[in-house]
Amino acid sequence: MNDLLAKFDPIIEQRETLLSTGLTDPFGLVMERVESPTVAICNGNRTILLGTYNYMGMTFDADVVAAGKKALDEFGSGTTGSRVLNGTYQGHKECEAALREFYAMDHAMVFSTGYQANLGIISTLAGKDDYVILDVDSHASIYDGCALGNAQIVAFRHNDVDALEKRLKRLPQETGKLVVLEGVYSMLGDVAPLKEMVAVSKAAGAMVLVDEAHSMGFIGENGRGVAEAQGVIDDVDFIIGTFSKSVGTVGGFCVSNHPKFEILRLVCRPYVFTASLPPSVVATATTSIRKLMHGGNKRAHLIENSKRLHGGLKELGFTLGTDQPQSAIIAVIMPDLETGAAMWQALLNEGLYVNLARPPATPAGMTLLRCSLCAEHSTEQVAEILGKFAIAGRATGCIA
Amino acid sequence: MTDRDQSLARVLAIIEPFNKKGIEVDENTRFAQDLEWDSLTVLDFVASVEDEFDVLITMNMQAEIETVGQLVDSVETLSADK
Repeated sequence: MNDLLAKFDPIIEQRETLLSTGLTDPFGLVMERVESPTVAICNGNRTILLGTYNYMGMTFDADVVAAGKKALDEFGSGTTGSRVLNGTYQGHKECEAALREFYAMDHAMVFSTGYQANLGIISTLAGKDDYVILDVDSHASIYDGCALGNAQIVAFRHNDVDALEKRLKRLPQETGKLVVLEGVYSMLGDVAPLKEMVAVSKAAGAMVLVDEAHSMGFIGENGRGVAEAQGVIDDVDFIIGTFSKSVGTVGGFCVSNHPKFEILRLVCRPYVFTASLPPSVVATATTSIRKLMHGGNKRAHLIENSKRLHGGLKELGFTLGTDQPQSAIIAVIMPDLETGAAMWQALLNEGLYVNLARPPATPAGMTLLRCSLCAEHSTEQVAEILGKFAIAGRATGCIA
Repeated sequence: MTDRDQSLARVLAIIEPFNKKGIEVDENTRFAQDLEWDSLTVLDFVASVEDEFDVLITMNMQAEIETVGQLVDSVETLSADK
């Protein structure tokens, strides 16, 4: 028998080497209790959470939790069905209505996860003879969407407008083209030059999809994301988003003004051939989305937190993914995986959880300690976080 | 020099600055195994080849190209199709 798992031997070996140093498995952390959007108990220790994407801290919002409980009582624990069969309840329609209102768009389609939203929309829009033009640092769900649709894939250098334009100009004029961009790139927390990119895409006759997973609720005047902030949201054909970040639950969606959008419900396989979200989840999402429409104060505090953490880490001597804070993600660049893992462990021992990110998820083979802020982090917590970074950084030799 | 020889010479010239390990390169050199390029180097190299020949090499095509010789063949085909 040829062992099909033998191809993973190098990863098994790398893991064993890393764990033999006595390191806690960075990819096997268990949260024993969760006290709030910013604090959990891990390995018995009170731990500040700085790697959750829970940007707006909606997970423990009283109205959100109440809506979930009510739906659980009234509609049961699950739908046990596809959206196009027995899996569309009143709650799913209300959730889509909330999204249409939030984005001021004509159509909204809710998927079971954000991953499936990209998988479904990209694979359905771009078939075998069409071209998908994407940023090389795109999220895995975007690449997987391309693979599922068998489209021709053209990658361009991260956030490089000229590289995008040059490639668009080389494509045959009459073919279908989908340019896929992200508002905020989740590894370094940098923002895309959407204004310029959407303009060159439209000039080349391409349709544009923007994934705004990491901007919903706090970037742009109405929290609609980077496309709104840069004034090009009306030229974007499809916006993809998720409920598992700012919204504080799980699920994904696509919103659009395309007049034929509704047909996608029947032809999009990752929408049709899976069970819909449980009633409690769509109820919490709906309540959260509606509250995010009026989250001005929280938004301001989140941005303030991001600036304070970025400035503080820079002052301590850490190398960061961006010169200025551009989003609610601050990436601390580590010299290598070993140092990164040691630093991650030292922070955890200090009672701070961040994400250890490494290739292939990261660009250019980098090891990152990725921090994502929450609007519920208090000013004191941010100061505490910086203190922990100082101690762990000196202990591991990352900073002097 | 035939057209193909010329294309090969141009490709070899583009490889040169990316060949940090100073490996001897010929038609049979494999990009992944012999030159040991990471994905970002591959992207930059492919972009340079695309610019030099004014063609587009999709990621689907890249997956099929293992050696320098195969790349030259692809570039020749793409240029002829224009």
